[in-house]
Amino acid sequence: MEQITTEQVRPKPARPEVVIRIKNASVRFNMAGEKVDNLKEFFIKLMKRELRFKEFYALKDINLVIQKGESWALIGSNGAGKSTLLKMICGILTPHSGTVEVKGEIAPLIELGAGFDPNLTAKENIFINGAILGHTRKFMREQYDKIVEFAELQDFMELPIKNYSSGMRARLGFAVATVTEPDILIVDEVLAVGDAAFQKKCRERIRELLNRGTTLLFVSHAKGPVMELCEHAVWLDHGEIKKIGATKHVYWAYEQHLKELEKK
Amino acid sequence: MIKKIIRTCTGWFRRFLKYWDLLVLLVQRDLKLKYRRSFLGYLWSVLNPLLSMIVMAVVFTRMFKRSIPNYPLYLICGNILFSFMRDSTNQALNSVIGNAALLKKTYVPKYIFTLSKITSCMVNFVLSLGALVIVMVATGQPFRWMNLLIIVPVVELYVFCVGLGLLLAAGTVFFRDIKNIWSVVTLAWMYLTPIFYSVDSFNNSKEKGVVSISTLGLIIRRFNPMYMYIQQFRYLIMQYEVALIEVPCNLLMWRGAVCAALMLIVGLLTFNATKNKFILYI
Repeated sequence: MEQITTEQVRPKPARPEVVIRIKNASVRFNMAGEKVDNLKEFFIKLMKRELRFKEFYALKDINLVIQKGESWALIGSNGAGKSTLLKMICGILTPHSGTVEVKGEIAPLIELGAGFDPNLTAKENIFINGAILGHTRKFMREQYDKIVEFAELQDFMELPIKNYSSGMRARLGFAVATVTEPDILIVDEVLAVGDAAFQKKCRERIRELLNRGTTLLFVSHAKGPVMELCEHAVWLDHGEIKKIGATKHVYWAYEQHLKELEKK
Repeated sequence: MIKKIIRTCTGWFRRFLKYWDLLVLLVQRDLKLKYRRSFLGYLWSVLNPLLSMIVMAVVFTRMFKRSIPNYPLYLICGNILFSFMRDSTNQALNSVIGNAALLKKTYVPKYIFTLSKITSCMVNFVLSLGALVIVMVATGQPFRWMNLLIIVPVVELYVFCVGLGLLLAAGTVFFRDIKNIWSVVTLAWMYLTPIFYSVDSFNNSKEKGVVSISTLGLIIRRFNPMYMYIQQFRYLIMQYEVALIEVPCNLLMWRGAVCAALMLIVGLLTFNATKNKFILYI
């Protein structure tokens, strides 16, 4: 009898759970030749029949399946579509064609200061930022001490954010985003600003979350953290997946490509 | 079909509840920042309408005093309601583009920002009712239970402004010059709304005891939603024999409600149809 119960308690190792499934997704921007954002130009162009839109694919035919607990790096040069891919996963951008399925709660690490109101104090910003991530005020009050402790900013909580340095903001942002165990954590090049000690602390926290089953999507140009944190990597180039697989192989191919470019 | 509608509605409502706390925090933020580092703080919400009423009263008293009883009260009723509409829509205009940095990075229902701006203006409006009470006391206007019914035109105006705000917020994402046009539109709107004059001043002179209403007066009565809300409000506060106004208060109430509902539907539909494209323009 006892044996059977222990069997039931043990988690099933097989059948991994898919958290992100992207099928043939493309993102298209209707880029006007020049950006028309006022009525005057709009009507002039409409009259002259110059209102043509140039189609521009930021992502072309992306297929990606990510399972629970995996850690993925997105690499590629600027403008390759890394951020666009993340935005599509977050639900900020809807794909023009294809489908994106996401299961679970996403915690995007908001880029420096984007979620912060510069005139509010750090304390007030923690609550607003938490609410943006979908946490209740009650929950944030309970977690508040933990956040402050992790950010190591105890003496600066009543200071308006506009007086914060970029490193301090990054600390605060990271502390708020990782206070829960999100199902999916998105880290978009925000760690680069913190000092070495804090960067290390962040990596440790990310690893801790990974061990507990969080899925990580990581964008960085720095080789070290990518190699250290991520098992898998996607190399994007001009909106297309160039290579996909284990980080070692993908990063190697990416570096070769960069070297070739340099030679030219 | 009906099941589908119910399901989308409950889903929408659940998402709204999820972000309820964000809405509350954003409203708190606006109120905190509005008077941060000012000596008198929230008292300004009372002082501001009071002072502007005094200025207007001094300027216009000679022109209109004779035809309008209790002119200061008449002025402040129109003024606080119209300022609420003007301030809330002006802030709603910027609510989406002003939060561009945030909306580019994370998923938040975008209407929350518009709604929070209009709601914080509403809180400010409720504070400014203090000025109204002061004027009522100062001019010896008696208080009646009926006064509390002003909640009807105020809620109608709030719904109307939410609809209008959503429409403007969505429009401004695509055409930034709406911002400039809107300030002119509100100016014209202000003059077309009987704030410091009476709509009866458009009436043609009495001929054989019959008062005929001019076309402009008729247009204002029928098609200016601000007239509907302000006149209802005045009726409930001042309840003086609403002189020549032949439209009874309950008719104004129904018209105002229809206007608000229509505006809300138009605003919601426009916002909903365009919200996925915002990201490409902000």
